[in-house]
Amino acid sequence: MNRKNNKYFPIFVLPTLLAFSIAFVIPFLLGIGLSFTEFTTVTNAKWTGLRNYSSIFANKDFLNALLFTVKFVLVSVITVNIFAFFMALMLTRKIKGTNLFRTVFFMPNLIGGIVLGYIWQLILNGILYHYGVTLTFSPVYGFWGLVILMNWQMIGYMMVIYIAGIQNIPSDVMEAAKIDGASPFQILRKITLPLVAPSFTICLFLTMSNSFKLFDQNLALTAGAPSRKTAMLALDIYNTFYAGNGTAGVGQAKAVIFFIIVAAIAFIQLRVTRGREGTTE
Amino acid sequence: MKMKQTAGFGNIVLTAFLTALSIIFLLPIFIVVVNSFKGKFYISEKPFVLPTAKTFVNFDNYVNGISKIGFLHAAGWSFYITICSVVVILIFASMTAWYITRVKNKFNTTLYYVFAFSMVVPFQMVMFTMTKVANILHLDNPLGIILIYLGFGSGLSVFLFSGFVRSIPIELEEAAMIDGCSPLSTYGRVILPVLKPISVTVGILNSMWIWNDYLLPSLLIGTEYRTIPIAIQYLKGGYGSIDMGAMMAMLVLAIIPIVVFYLVCQRYIIEGVIAGSVKG
Repeated sequence: MNRKNNKYFPIFVLPTLLAFSIAFVIPFLLGIGLSFTEFTTVTNAKWTGLRNYSSIFANKDFLNALLFTVKFVLVSVITVNIFAFFMALMLTRKIKGTNLFRTVFFMPNLIGGIVLGYIWQLILNGILYHYGVTLTFSPVYGFWGLVILMNWQMIGYMMVIYIAGIQNIPSDVMEAAKIDGASPFQILRKITLPLVAPSFTICLFLTMSNSFKLFDQNLALTAGAPSRKTAMLALDIYNTFYAGNGTAGVGQAKAVIFFIIVAAIAFIQLRVTRGREGTTE
Repeated sequence: MKMKQTAGFGNIVLTAFLTALSIIFLLPIFIVVVNSFKGKFYISEKPFVLPTAKTFVNFDNYVNGISKIGFLHAAGWSFYITICSVVVILIFASMTAWYITRVKNKFNTTLYYVFAFSMVVPFQMVMFTMTKVANILHLDNPLGIILIYLGFGSGLSVFLFSGFVRSIPIELEEAAMIDGCSPLSTYGRVILPVLKPISVTVGILNSMWIWNDYLLPSLLIGTEYRTIPIAIQYLKGGYGSIDMGAMMAMLVLAIIPIVVFYLVCQRYIIEGVIAGSVKG
């Protein structure tokens, strides 16, 4: 294909571009614009400058959600990756049944967030019933409930990526270390960990952005209860738009801030990955 | 000799530990299945008790739940929307990716970066405005949502396809062109077959996402057409009282298609997920 084939643009690109513009490009630009206006439908917007952005902090919902989300992201990124890495180590020792174990550990990842939320609501409420409380009794329960759910869902996924990373380690390096008498711990620290560093980067950022954007699980498990204290950022934005906790303009302004945070995480990831490629090559 | 014995013993311990861990991983699903056969008042408080003669209700919860939320309709819509969207995405995203990778100009390069950029933007950023735009254009129906899914899915899909197209030797398509193939037939006869491995990845990633998607269809078509996640969320109702029996049964029915799909194409799913994760 070369330049004279420009006439094929309408066939090859236009359908996708049209759908992409309707679903993403136009709503994205409109979204940025509307975050500076007050409106009920998209067509009656009135310019209000930065007022939406300052109204975000009129009540504590957004700050609460931000704090809750950051705590959740920290705890789940650490727990998910520690469990996933050690399970990957166990599953790369060539024991029988490795494939079966991998199949089982990965499965929860495929189940949708709404279904996952109700599964864990049943189980956690069943446990808490013995103590005479429910999941929505205190935000602490909701928090750890979400962490447990996230671990159950994400460990298998991250484990699979770590397994791929560990299996990519050249076997002669391992054998040489064993012949030289390195202890299993030394092998782990001096060979496995440095050589799977790229997998760590991928997994850390994947868990980080997935945890940050969590919505379905949050909605199904606690729906923010008690009194919106377990609402994460995505759910708080949804509530601002649709549950009458504010105006649509404020919701859109919150969404812009949310976007900036998520994009910043992705940008840092890009820099980290590129940086490493630069030093190793 | 002694080494081997300890290694053997270590492996037994490891296998036992992993078996225990597998049971813990499967337990939540098992508990839901067990409770789906219990009367609705015996679930919330004692989920860890097996059904007894008194609490066992056979398939009542299933019959109840299916009629209550119109599960069969929901399953129909879920299958329809997922399959159609994935097919549409595979066709159009691969065509676009091939074109913008091979025809180098400023517009196409920019377009590629906008597609890549869209992967970073969280759904909440566009959810309100997208819903309004779709309403104005009358895309708030099962047919329209397929177009919306093509739009949202094209970011990741074009990105993955483009990466793959770059690895195809250009001589392949040049030879086809010299033999008199039009770009369209070159795409259909030469490129499309070569794209098979990446198409499997793109197809799996998109079907998992669309099948499980809750928020987008609930905002766009949820009041009239329910997919499975919407139907389950609907069961919760607005009054705080959930029919736990129906809920358990519907959770089981929602999980079954996923488990079947997973067991049938497990290898592709795991490989696809790895390929999709390395996109950064």
